Amino acid sequence: MAERDATPNGNGAVKGSFKVKAGLAQMLKGGVIMDVVTADHARIAQEAGAAAVMALERVPADIRKEGGVARMSDPDLIRSIMAAVTIPVMAKCRIGHFVEAQILEALGVDYIDESEVLTPADEENHIDKHPFKVPFVCGCRDLGEATRRIAEGAAMIRTKGEAGTGNVVEAVRHARAVNAGIRKLHGMNHAELVHEAKTIGAPVEVLAECQRLGRLPVVNFAAGGIATPADAALMMQLGVDGVFVGSGIFKSEDPLKRAKAIVAATTYYDKPEVLAEVSAGLGEAMHGLEIPTIPKEELLAARGW
Amino acid sequence: MQGAFAEHVRALESAGARTRLVRSAADLDGLDGIVLPGGESTTMTMLMERMGLLEPLRGAIQQGMATLATCAGMIVLAREVTDGMADQKGLGLLDVAVRRNGYGRQVDSFEAQLKVEGMNGKTFPGVFIRSPLVESTGAVTVMAEHDGHPVAVRQGRIIALCFHPELTNDLRLHREFVRLAMAQR
Repeated sequence: MAERDATPNGNGAVKGSFKVKAGLAQMLKGGVIMDVVTADHARIAQEAGAAAVMALERVPADIRKEGGVARMSDPDLIRSIMAAVTIPVMAKCRIGHFVEAQILEALGVDYIDESEVLTPADEENHIDKHPFKVPFVCGCRDLGEATRRIAEGAAMIRTKGEAGTGNVVEAVRHARAVNAGIRKLHGMNHAELVHEAKTIGAPVEVLAECQRLGRLPVVNFAAGGIATPADAALMMQLGVDGVFVGSGIFKSEDPLKRAKAIVAATTYYDKPEVLAEVSAGLGEAMHGLEIPTIPKEELLAARGW
Repeated sequence: MQGAFAEHVRALESAGARTRLVRSAADLDGLDGIVLPGGESTTMTMLMERMGLLEPLRGAIQQGMATLATCAGMIVLAREVTDGMADQKGLGLLDVAVRRNGYGRQVDSFEAQLKVEGMNGKTFPGVFIRSPLVESTGAVTVMAEHDGHPVAVRQGRIIALCFHPELTNDLRLHREFVRLAMAQR
């Protein structure tokens, strides 16, 4: 799997190997990836200390409000954001829409998020991510979903949460589900592991790797509903490697201040005295939604197979 | 602060060192050496400045704390940075001029076998991820080159690399750093 997509060039260098694709995610660890919809947002995110930005036309809260089919962003918008900052730029394509992914790769984005926040283009298959030189991040709700995405070539995983709600409860549920799934593997012999793989729909080889490492074999961030420094620290203490913040920053009263606070909270996640300091005086957080008030068919996390 | 610190911890402990994560000035006390890992240099310097770590760290390295800098860590240490953020601050202690993401974006990230000084002609696996490009060097010793540009340099008790030995299972450079750190005890 590692070398299938790698191509050598003239000076003996190999581009696009799984090691360099997963390696960028390792460089993002302990960091915050922020959704931005303009070049100005991107500059604010970079100034606040974001480890990367996600270039979008609408943040998830607006996608949720406005409805309709949500697609890949306009290449002009993505290019303007890439030109505005020096940190990595990610962009989203629809689940299964491999042509949107080809376009994003041609634009030179640093990471593609095959995302449930956009309207799925294929209700059975995700993208075969191995042939791409650009790395992919994919969402999951539990260990089975995470390992299926890794088998398809995802170089980074994020727990889904429920995007655009400003409510961290689903992110917690999904992070705990992944942790519990991995803990359960401890002490299983191979026959039991094969049975567990069948039960949760996981590829055996990836599951065996999770058992050996005691964690996912790629970097795992939390996403979907993180709105405060405390939310970010909560997810870090639950064991994720970093956080995505979507609507939580630019839907708040003072985005720069809140963005800086969430960056600090992600590094000092286990230092309550620092968290108290950075949580003070941030102004209004985004309003937020209670999950049971959302009609079931509008839940984004259920997209992905 | 932010970046691939866990991978360096694993490599250093395999090389026989004890480690501690440094997130405040007090964490520097009693260390023989420090690693400035890969990550985003803008994020790292901003956090270090806000948390009052930048100046104490500069002082410690100036006083001879052994230092291993990889990728973004090299940018943080460099005398001159181009294509960074307009007001990007750094330590300015390493006599090199670097261009951020000088090899291109992520799709241009690559692996290459390197000939590193002192390794008896054996190659070292170089993993380059949105790596800085060393454009010019001053009072440093070049330990390895790729495509005509330095990718590993040494200056006093500093070793700085454009690539990521912590993402491989090859401990030779981490062992060399541990030797350097212990040499002054």
